[in-house]
Amino acid sequence: MDVLFDIFGSANFWAAAIRIATPLIFGVLGALICERAGVLNLGIEGIFVAGAMAGWLAVYLGAGLWGGVLVAALTGAAFGLLHAFLTVVLGLSQHVSGIGITLLATSASYFTYRTALPDVSSPPRIVPFQSLDLAGLSDLPFFGPVLFSQTALTWLALLLVALVAFVLYRTPLGLSIRAVGDNPASVEAQGLSVIGLRIGAVVVGSALMALGGAFLTMSAFDAFFFGMVNGRGWICIALVVFASWQPGKALLGALLFGAFDAFQIRLQAEIGQVVPGQVFLMLPYLLSILALVLVARKADYPRALLQPWTKGQRH
Amino acid sequence: MSLRLEPREHAPLGLRLLVSLLAGAIALLFVAIPVMAAGANPCEAYVLMAQGAFGSMFALSETLNRATPLILTGLAATVAFRARLWNIGAEGQLYMGALAAVLVGSGFLQLPGPIMIPAIMLAGFLAGGLMMVVPTMLKQRFGADEVVITLLLNFVVILFIQMLIEGPLKDPLSMGWPQSVPLLAEAKFDKLVPRLRTHWGLIIGLVSALLLWLMVKKTVLGFEIKAVGENKPAARFAGIPVDATMLKVALISGGLAGLAGVGEVAGVKGYLSADLSPGFGYSGIVVAMLAGLSPIGSVLAAIFIAAVFVGADSMSRATGISNYLADLVVALSLLCVLVGSFFLRFRLAPANPKVEA
Repeated sequence: MDVLFDIFGSANFWAAAIRIATPLIFGVLGALICERAGVLNLGIEGIFVAGAMAGWLAVYLGAGLWGGVLVAALTGAAFGLLHAFLTVVLGLSQHVSGIGITLLATSASYFTYRTALPDVSSPPRIVPFQSLDLAGLSDLPFFGPVLFSQTALTWLALLLVALVAFVLYRTPLGLSIRAVGDNPASVEAQGLSVIGLRIGAVVVGSALMALGGAFLTMSAFDAFFFGMVNGRGWICIALVVFASWQPGKALLGALLFGAFDAFQIRLQAEIGQVVPGQVFLMLPYLLSILALVLVARKADYPRALLQPWTKGQRH
Repeated sequence: MSLRLEPREHAPLGLRLLVSLLAGAIALLFVAIPVMAAGANPCEAYVLMAQGAFGSMFALSETLNRATPLILTGLAATVAFRARLWNIGAEGQLYMGALAAVLVGSGFLQLPGPIMIPAIMLAGFLAGGLMMVVPTMLKQRFGADEVVITLLLNFVVILFIQMLIEGPLKDPLSMGWPQSVPLLAEAKFDKLVPRLRTHWGLIIGLVSALLLWLMVKKTVLGFEIKAVGENKPAARFAGIPVDATMLKVALISGGLAGLAGVGEVAGVKGYLSADLSPGFGYSGIVVAMLAGLSPIGSVLAAIFIAAVFVGADSMSRATGISNYLADLVVALSLLCVLVGSFFLRFRLAPANPKVEA
């Protein structure tokens, strides 16, 4: 019990939980926007990879850190546009297109990395985002190290949660986006373009997913590794269901997940001699599956999710 | 005269073949761009790829060797997608099949020689099948989406395999490399041609394709799969046991992926390691889509994808261009054939057809 108390009482633990949650916050928000508009985006895993690689490479080649963030977002948006063209404009299978985008974005990233840096044996490093210490607040007991050891990208993620929630629930645009995933006919009846709204949502959502990847190479680490995304995108798809497609719950889900992951890492240090390390590494995936199974029955999927729309379609 | 899109009832075989061929060809054409970006001549790269994949008996054997697991994972995706069961977990199912082969075939069980190979195949099929039956039951019982669960299980399985080959299954003679104890000699597949790596797994793949084709075309289960895939509520209304059909599909689909793992262990490596599959499970999805979910077509599509991988490896050694080029071709093939499927569903027709009386 002392072990548990030590873990949960330490500021380090909570700081790590928020750090681990950050890429997931970006990813879940991105997936949430797409799905709210009626489009499942299984390209997320590859878009994470592409964002991680493109942002990092831009900085490595001389761009500023925020320039790298912009490059990552644009890369994600480009893959989002392709997904939107295939699934929204042509009305093709969202599952197959998403898997295709993941394969394409991943292989394009790996190919570009290998081609841009043919002779490196160990991954080159950049100077990543540093922790954002607002007016010396990091000296505060407990909350100081937890909150003010985080980088600007974490704060951006938290800000985006509020922004997405505001847009979705408090603006006419948000109302249209939600309607386009629930009852597209009502949107068209208002004279708005279902196709246009869906394309916009998928592009913006994909840009956010790419920021999740960029966080990995530009804040959590300082280099790009093959396989570094490691299923984080798929976990986000599960977390969206867990969060009932709501930004606030998405933040909560990502933080819970981060806390759990930080906990298993510390538990590993305590009892790693008895239990093989892989058991701990499996836990995040198993937890995601469990979360999905538990909430699936009650899950209130956007009603038009996966359903293509043709202009002028009746019913 | 202006044109409009008109839905089609049925796409003729010739058109479906054309779409698949064009998708592969266009994907190959697209990668001329990254090849040029890498500073090489695309034409030379294509020639090197073709030679690397088909230029000698050795090259051909390597291509068929690579195609062997892809045929089986392609069939796994084919049968599942036909029933609209989204099995994206073939990678994990392949590893579970390979694991079962090692558990049965490396001396833990005392089996007489002649039944050894049927035993590891059955074990691999069941292990892979179980890995798909469980997510399908979770879908039926709890409504949990099988796409995400099968995707996540791929990561769980590979960690499970790593745990076993660094732990209880570790080969004490492997000089510290994380790999399992080897299969017994009688559990290994024979080579088809002496000194070339192509093995009996290829025959298993071809026979599986034929059996799956027969099942799809000629059996009640094949009809039930078609009905469930086209319209689940209607199938249920017509008295088709939808849940039971889906479970059978899951068993067959996961089982075929499991067999792919058996073949890699028994035909190629001789032991289990965590790098047994360079994504055969995921490539199987591309194989199935490129084949238009046709079992026989899956064989051809698997050979195409295998040739791309083997050819790109060879081209990469000669020119220094990264062999991730092959993965690019595979991904682009999937997206191209997806776009092509648009033309199988619609045709161009005159915009204002005369109204007939």
